[in-house]
Amino acid sequence: MTTQRIKFYQTGTYTAGNRLLDDEARTVQSRPDRTNSLNSGHRACQGCGEALGARYAIDAAMRAAHKRLIAINATGCLEVFSSPYPESAWQIPWMHSLFGNAPAVASGVAAALRAKGHDDVKVVAQGGDGATVDIGFGCLSGMFERNDEVLYICYDNEAYMNTGIQRSGATPPFARTNTTQAVGEAPGNLLGTGKNVPRIAMAHGIPYVATASVADLHDLEAKVATAMGMKGARYIHIHVPCPLGWGSDPAHTMKVARMAVESGLFPLFEARAGRVVDRTKIRRKVSVERYLELQTRFKHLFEPCRNDEAIAAIQAIADEHVATYGLLESEGL
Amino acid sequence: MNDKPFAITLDPNSSLANHTGNWRTMRPVYVDRLPPCNHACPAGENIQAWLYLAEEKNYEAAWRRLMEDNPMPAIHGRVCYHPCETACNRGQLDQSVSIRAVERFLGDLAIKEGWRVPCAPSTGRKVLIVGAGPSGLSAAYHLTRMGHRVTIHEASDKVGGMMRYGIPSYRLPRDVVDAEVGRMEAMGVTIRLNTKVEDLDAAIQEGGFHATFLAVGAHLARRIDIPGFDAKRLLDAATFLRSMESDSPIKIGRRLAVYGGGNTAIDVARTAERLGVEPVIIYRRDEAHAPSFKEEVAEARDEGVQFQWLRSLAKGADRTLTLEVMELDEHGKPKPTGRFETIEADTVVLALGQKADTAFLRNVTGARLRDDGTVEVDEQMMTGHPGLFAGGDMVPGEQSVSMATGHGKLAARHIDAYLRGARYVRPHGHALATFDRLNTWYYTDAEQSKQPLLTLARRRGSFEEMVGALDQDTALLEARRCLSCGNCFECDNCYAVCPDNAVIKLGAGNRFAINYDYCKGCGLCAEECPCGAIDMVKEVK
Amino acid sequence: MRAQIEGSQAVAEAVVLCRPEVIAAYPISPQTHIVERLSRMVKGGEVGRCQYLNVESEFGALSVLIGASAAGARTYTATTSQGLLFMAEAVYNAAGLGLPIVMTIANRAVGAPINIWNDHSDSMALRDAGWIQLYAETCQEAADLHLQAFRLAEELSCPVMVCMDGYILTHAYEPIDLPDQSEVDSFLPPFSPVQVLDPSDPISIGAMVGPEAFTEVKYLAHRQHLRALTLVPDIADSFEQQFHRESGGLYRAYRMTDADTVIIALGSVIGTIKDTVDELRDEGIAIGCLKVGCYRPFPAMQLRAVLESVTRVIVVEKDLAVGIGGIVSADVRMALNGLPIPVHTVIAGLGGRSISAESLKHMVRDARAERLSEPYFLDLNMRVVDEELARRQEERQAGPLAEQLIRAVKAIGTKVV
Repeated sequence: MTTQRIKFYQTGTYTAGNRLLDDEARTVQSRPDRTNSLNSGHRACQGCGEALGARYAIDAAMRAAHKRLIAINATGCLEVFSSPYPESAWQIPWMHSLFGNAPAVASGVAAALRAKGHDDVKVVAQGGDGATVDIGFGCLSGMFERNDEVLYICYDNEAYMNTGIQRSGATPPFARTNTTQAVGEAPGNLLGTGKNVPRIAMAHGIPYVATASVADLHDLEAKVATAMGMKGARYIHIHVPCPLGWGSDPAHTMKVARMAVESGLFPLFEARAGRVVDRTKIRRKVSVERYLELQTRFKHLFEPCRNDEAIAAIQAIADEHVATYGLLESEGL
Repeated sequence: MNDKPFAITLDPNSSLANHTGNWRTMRPVYVDRLPPCNHACPAGENIQAWLYLAEEKNYEAAWRRLMEDNPMPAIHGRVCYHPCETACNRGQLDQSVSIRAVERFLGDLAIKEGWRVPCAPSTGRKVLIVGAGPSGLSAAYHLTRMGHRVTIHEASDKVGGMMRYGIPSYRLPRDVVDAEVGRMEAMGVTIRLNTKVEDLDAAIQEGGFHATFLAVGAHLARRIDIPGFDAKRLLDAATFLRSMESDSPIKIGRRLAVYGGGNTAIDVARTAERLGVEPVIIYRRDEAHAPSFKEEVAEARDEGVQFQWLRSLAKGADRTLTLEVMELDEHGKPKPTGRFETIEADTVVLALGQKADTAFLRNVTGARLRDDGTVEVDEQMMTGHPGLFAGGDMVPGEQSVSMATGHGKLAARHIDAYLRGARYVRPHGHALATFDRLNTWYYTDAEQSKQPLLTLARRRGSFEEMVGALDQDTALLEARRCLSCGNCFECDNCYAVCPDNAVIKLGAGNRFAINYDYCKGCGLCAEECPCGAIDMVKEVK
Repeated sequence: MRAQIEGSQAVAEAVVLCRPEVIAAYPISPQTHIVERLSRMVKGGEVGRCQYLNVESEFGALSVLIGASAAGARTYTATTSQGLLFMAEAVYNAAGLGLPIVMTIANRAVGAPINIWNDHSDSMALRDAGWIQLYAETCQEAADLHLQAFRLAEELSCPVMVCMDGYILTHAYEPIDLPDQSEVDSFLPPFSPVQVLDPSDPISIGAMVGPEAFTEVKYLAHRQHLRALTLVPDIADSFEQQFHRESGGLYRAYRMTDADTVIIALGSVIGTIKDTVDELRDEGIAIGCLKVGCYRPFPAMQLRAVLESVTRVIVVEKDLAVGIGGIVSADVRMALNGLPIPVHTVIAGLGGRSISAESLKHMVRDARAERLSEPYFLDLNMRVVDEELARRQEERQAGPLAEQLIRAVKAIGTKVV
C-alpha cells in the first residue's frame, strides 16, 4: 500500500493516532472531529467488525469529500442495526432501498447529482458480501461497466449474517455456516467454490479496486481517500470479522482480521484499471492455523481430530496469495 | 421534518436515544500500571513518565520529572548498572530501551543549559549529613528542595564518595560529578570538605541540627595476606583507585595482578591498562560465575586485560605469584585441586570488597552495628537513636550508586516527616505492567540505538570517557522506543477501535473516558490497547 | 403541434417536454421505440442535463430511478411484461419510499408461454404495489397522461404507471397534438421533493419498521393514494382548460344516458367498444360504455354513482386471474356491492388476440339473454380446448400444455386448409 510507514515514531505507525504524530499522519479515526458517520446507539453485536469497518470507511470518505457525501446501503446487518424505526445511527444523508440494488440506486443518485450540477457531492454505496457478491452482483457489474461515479464498499463477513449465518459466494472453504454445516463427508463449505469479486471488479477495467481490512486502519483509510480522489466506478472490499457468525471472541475482532492478513488468507492490494499496482506486505507472517483457531466456524478442522488435509488446503490458498501478490517481497511489484 | 414520510424516514443521530450500555456484562476501566523499569529502579525513578516527556522533545520537563527522584542523572546515565533495562518489557520484543543513555542525554543537556531546581520555602530546620557520596548528596538535595537547611560533613578533600574514589574517570568524568554536585551547592547545600566526623554528638550540637543522616559509605577494604609477597606491593582496590584522584598516583610497575572477580576488579585492571601496565585478573571461579557484568568483562578483554579464571592466590615470591588451579563443585563453589602455576607480577591489587567504617558510632546510644560494620536501620531508615538516620553502603543490603541514591531520597522523605513530627508512609503502588498485557503489534519495529564507544587505540594511555553520548535525534528515537507499559500514551487506539463510539477523547494530555451509556463491553479497546492500560472488570448492576 | 407520429414517439416527446433529469431503461418489446427515442434525444443534447443510463436489467433501471428520485431528480422509465415483473421488488420499494417516479408500461402478456403481444397481465400483476395506474385509450391520451402523471406523482409523492397497450398504441401512427414547451412548463412546475438526500440536511431514508408501526405506515400510504381520487380529475380538468382536450380523469362515460347495459374496460379496446355501442344503439339496445382511466386507486364510489341505475355491467378485461377469473370485475363488484346489478366478467384479448366488434356484440346479446358463462372467455376456441382435454383424458400424457395446444391448432389448421 502507498501509506508511508513512519519509522521515526515508534508507536505512531500502527496505532490509530499518537500525540507525537503530525496531524496529517494520524488516522481520521484518531481525530476528535471525526464525523462518526455511524453513531452510537446502533444495535450491532458486541465487537462487530462491520460496524467498525463502516465507520472507518465512511468517516474517511466524509473527510475526503469535505462532508459532501451521500451513502446508499443494501439490506443487511449494517442496514438493520443502524436504522430500525424510530432510530437512525447515521449522521449523513443515507438511504436503504433493497438487498440487491444498492449499486444501481447509487448510480441513480450520481446521475441525479450530475443532472443537477451538484458535482461537489460524492456517492458511496455499501453492502455486505451477500448483497455484493451474490444478490446485487448484476447491479454491481452494471455500475462498474458504466463507470458510474460511485465508490462501492463491500463489508465482507463471509456469510449471510443478518439472516442467521448462511453461506454466501464469499464464504471461505471449510467454514461452517448454517447451510454448510460441519457434517457429512466434506464438512463445512466446499473447497473450490466461491468467487473473488475484487478480481472480477478488476476485470471490468474500472479505475480503482482495493482490498482492505479493519485490522489495518491506516491502509484502509488511505485506500478510501485514494478512491475518493478518483473519478468513475471504484470498489473497495473490506474484511470485517463477525464474532457471532465466525464464533470468535468479540474482543478479538481486530486480532482475527489481523491474522487473516498476516497469514496471507486475506491479501491487501490495490489495482488500477484492471492491474494490481501495489500490495500491503505481511509484517509478521503466521500460519493459517493462527487465524483458524480463533474461530469456532473452523473448529471441526481441529476437533475431534485434526484435519491436516483441510488445513493444508487452506494454507495452500494463503501461500498462493503470498506468491501472487508478493506479500513477503521487500521490493515493489 | 413534518413533511417527511412517517417511520420510513428518520432524523439523523436519533439512535442516541438507544442506550446500548445496558447490554454490558464487562466494563472497560482505564488503569495505570507500574512499568517494570520504574519497578526495578533503585533510585525510584518514574522512568516511563520522564521518557514520555522526552518523547515529546520536552527535554527540560523530562529532566525535571527525573529530578523529582534523582538529582544526578548525568552521573547515573553513566554509571548506573540499569536494572531498568534488564526489566524493560521491550527486551522481550527486540531489545530493551536504552534508558540509561537517554538519562545521560538529559543530564548532560541540563548541565549544558544550566537548568536549576527550585526549593520550597525554608522550614527553619537543619539537617546534618555525614558523607558526600551518592546517598548523602541525594538526601541533601531532596531535603533542600523540601526547604530544610542541609550541611554535609565530608572527610575527603573532594565530594562524590565512591563516585569519585571508586569509579574510574573514563567511566565517569569528574567534571560531570562536579557539575551535578555544584548544582546542589547552588541550591543551598553546604558541604564541608576535610571534615571527618569523629564525635557525632558534638557535631550535631555544634551545628544545632534537628536531624542527622549518616551516609559514610564503605571504604574499608577487605584484605588478605599473600605469604612471601612484599606487603608494600600488595594494595587494595579502594586505595589504588583513590590514589588515581590524587596528584601522585601509586606506582605499580609493569605487571599487575588484580585479585577478585567483581566490577571493581575490572575497574582496577582497566585503569591499569590505561596507565600502560599489563593487568591480569585472577579469580577463583570461572567467567560465568564472576559477579562482574559480562559487558565489562568483554570490554576489558578488548582492551587487553588478561584473565586467569579458576585460580586462587596461594603464595608469592619476589616478582612471582603462585596460583592454585581451582575447579567448581556442583553448587558452583571453587575447590582446590592441588595443581599450581606461577605468573609474574610487580604489584597485586586486592579487589575483594569493602565495608563501612562505622567505628564512630560505637558510642552513640541506640545505634546497633553488625559484625560487617553496617548499621541497622528501621523501616524509616532511622537507627536506634532518635533523629539519626542512615543509608547507602553503610547499611545492610545491595551496594551501588543507584541504591545509595535511592536511599538518600527515601531517607529525605523520612527525615522530612520526622522533622514535621509525622511519619512517611509509602503510597500504595500500582500493579505491575507485565509483558503479557501488551499488544505489541502496534509498536513499530525499531532496534536499540547504540552509544558510540571510544576506539581501542584511543582508550590506551588515556582516561577519556569511553562511552559516547547519544545525539539529540538518537536520544529522541530511543525515548520513543518506550512502550509506555501500563500507562496510556494517547495512541487513540481505544477511541478508534470502539465499534460503538463509546470512547470519549478528552484532548491532548487528558487521555480518554468511556461513555458507559453506549459501551457494550465487547473488550476490543482493552484487547487493542498497546500498553495494557485498560482492564475489563465484571459489571455490577 | 400536430403530427402524424407513432405512439411511442409521441410518448417520448411528451416525456421530454416534462424535463426529466434521469432516465434509465432496459430494452424490451414493445417498449423499445420509446426509450430509443429518449436516448437519442438525451444524447443529442435536447433534454438539458438529463442523464440516460443503459442499465443491466429492469430491476436496475427502477433502482437507478429510486436513487435519482431520492436525490431530487425527476425520473422516468418504461418497461413491460417480464421486465415489469423482474423489477417487481423495486416497484414496491419505490412506492413504499414515496418516490414520484413515472413509468410507462407498454402492456404485454406475461409468459410462459412467452408472448410479446398485448394484454394487461403485467400491470395487473402489480396493481397493488402502491403505484397509481393510469390507462390510456389512445396515443394522444398516452402522450397527455405523461404530463399529468408527473404532476400527480410529484404532488402526491407517489409513483405513477402510465399503461398503454403494447403495439396497439405503442406502434400505431396517429395524428397527435404535442404541446409547446412553455405550455408544459406552466402546467408542470419543477419537481420540489418533500425529502431529498442532501449533505446539508442529512436524513435516513428507508428505515426498518416493525410491527409497532408497519400498519400505520401502510394505512398512511393508502390514505395518500386515495387523495389521487380527487387529484386525478382536478389535474385532468386543469389539463383540459390549458390544452383544450379531454384526457385522463378517473373514468369516462360513453352513451351512458338511459343505458341498461354498460361495458367497462381499460385501455385501447374502449375504441372498439365505443363502435360496438354505437352499432348496438342503432339496433335499439340501451347500452353505453365506461372507460376506467385510473385503476389504482380504484374509483369505487365514483363508479357506483354512475352505475347505480343500470341493469347489468359487463367488464371486458385483458387479463386473467387464474383460478378465479376477473380482476377488474372483482373490483367493480365491490364498487356495486349491495346493488342488484349483475357484473359479468369477460376475459378478452389475451396475448394479443384481437377483439372484434362482432364478438363484442355476441357477448352483449348473450349477456342480455343471461346466457353468458361466468367468467366468459371471448372468442375462446372450444374445439381446441375440448380436443386437448379429451386427448389428456385418453392418454394421461403429461407435457407442456402450450406445445400440445399449438400442435392441436396446427393439426386443425391443416385439416381446415
